[in-house]
Amino acid sequence: MGDLCRYLEASALRFPERVAAVDEDGTELAYEALERRASRIAAFLVEHGVRPGDRVALVLPKCVAGLTAIFGILKAGAAYVPVDWTGPAERVQSILEDCGVRVVFLDRRRTGLHTGAEILILLSANTGSHEGAAAGSFSWEQVLEHAPLEPGAIPRRPDDLAYILYTSGSTGVPKGVMLTHRNATSYVDSCSSVFDPVETDRFSSHAPFYFDLSILDIYVPIKHGASVHLIPDDLGKNPKDLARFIAERRITVWYSTPSILALLAQFGDLGRYDYASLRLVLFAGEVFPVKQLRLLTSLWPAPAYYNLYGPTETNVCTFARIPLPVPEDRTEPYPIGWPCSHCAALVLDPGDPSAAAGVPAGVPSGPEGLLYISGPSVFAGYWGRPQETAAAFMERDGTRWYNTGDVVKRHPDDGFLYVGRRDRMVKRRGYRIELGDIESCLYQHPGIGEAAAIAISNPESGVRITAFLSAVTEEPPSIIEMKRYCHEHLPAYMSPDAFVFLPRLPRTSTAKVDYQVLSRSVSQSEAKAAP
Amino acid sequence: MDNVKEEIRQYILSEFLPGEKPSNLRDDTPLRTSGILDSMATLRLVGFVEERFGIEVQAHEASVDNFDRIETIASFIQSKAAGQS
Repeated sequence: MGDLCRYLEASALRFPERVAAVDEDGTELAYEALERRASRIAAFLVEHGVRPGDRVALVLPKCVAGLTAIFGILKAGAAYVPVDWTGPAERVQSILEDCGVRVVFLDRRRTGLHTGAEILILLSANTGSHEGAAAGSFSWEQVLEHAPLEPGAIPRRPDDLAYILYTSGSTGVPKGVMLTHRNATSYVDSCSSVFDPVETDRFSSHAPFYFDLSILDIYVPIKHGASVHLIPDDLGKNPKDLARFIAERRITVWYSTPSILALLAQFGDLGRYDYASLRLVLFAGEVFPVKQLRLLTSLWPAPAYYNLYGPTETNVCTFARIPLPVPEDRTEPYPIGWPCSHCAALVLDPGDPSAAAGVPAGVPSGPEGLLYISGPSVFAGYWGRPQETAAAFMERDGTRWYNTGDVVKRHPDDGFLYVGRRDRMVKRRGYRIELGDIESCLYQHPGIGEAAAIAISNPESGVRITAFLSAVTEEPPSIIEMKRYCHEHLPAYMSPDAFVFLPRLPRTSTAKVDYQVLSRSVSQSEAKAAP
Repeated sequence: MDNVKEEIRQYILSEFLPGEKPSNLRDDTPLRTSGILDSMATLRLVGFVEERFGIEVQAHEASVDNFDRIETIASFIQSKAAGQS
């Protein structure tokens, strides 16, 4: 079908009165109302010059208004660019500038941002106060007063750009992953066949809109006439409140990173509530430490558990159901499984591409190698970066294969096992982090002469990042000063856990920073600190 | 009161600021709003406070109002302890 708007339009006809989306405070929006509001937003955007292919940003907390804006933007033929509304100003601005947004849906608490957009649509938690609006800025209420868009007024094609998700870039500048309608619908449709969603389902939406997990959260429930319960940042980080929320909303399908599920298991006091409604627990974004998964599944024994895998560039491309119970003596993480029906996978020895072994199914177990993915869910390219786009793909047998950069091992029964990476990208709390991105930020601190970021993965506590630094002055900046600096310039998930000042960083014989020496020193000090 | 502050300071220094000079972490140094404690670190600190001082901290009490400075955390612990006895 290749048209994300079609999901909403079809559900609005089939289930006009059913609840489509619910805010944190319990405010509900029915399908017919969501469809009508999205059409009003689309008409407003078109009237104010938004054309197919234009970019429209969302700098907003997670809320039903934001979800409505997404469908309005798509109906106008434009692409949405969701951004962390709490993020450091320069990072937010660099994203808006990079893709040249024409319109921004902006939370009133961030009106100090330089968006570069012609039009601002301002939203606030307490609506109604929209005095002093500058030229080119409109309130959410004004936009919703617009007459709806005529059906069919804007042509929509499967290969139109639908959204851009920005991820950490190795040189300190975030890069925009462009995804089309077809990229998303091919994935959403494969979720339909695996998870059997129905209109009585109640989906959680835990991931922020700028995180790729949100694609399942938004479009799978809307396609099936189910309801989606939006969880803003603050609630999403608080395991006790979240545990109550999942029970009270009688959530049937939960999807998040393992980090959040591990927090729920450890701190959520899950035994206090009834989770009889919960039928599916999906997780993605990082390896789930087995100890935590065992604890979670002992507290929530009834639902089916699935491990989903896929970089932002491919959407989810492999999945595995976790057989329960988790054995007491198991320590090895669970596999990422077999390719989804819409994808094909290929494992290549990075040293020798001719030694390739194609998958998709039933092939013998082979050696480790880099995982390549092809299929309709694979992204269109990086915004404004043709060279990086070309470098991410390989042509083979007339097919374009995306190099995930992930090293996997094939198991004859279980599918792929995730082994690790050969570059400097790490995953933490489900977010992708290029360690070079952190270093380039640290180098900009006036007191820092050298910087190297090291990530060490621990099967129980996850990934810890240590920054090794040398100072330009005799008295280095304090650790608190470095924490504060990172807090102001990096997203929270990228901020190092520890800072270590050295007189100078160790170098290899070719004068490069010797990361191996630094990694060993972190591992040794962790081994010493262990009880 | 001073002992309570000192225990919190030691915990924060050893868990979240390894290598920092103790004198740099003052009673009024902002913790949450300055990025010293992120949401995960705050959860761990709350867990420590609950266990060490035998109080229960409700989710809404682990707010920036109570948990942004060592001095406010200490007063919060004292008022909770007084309420329980």
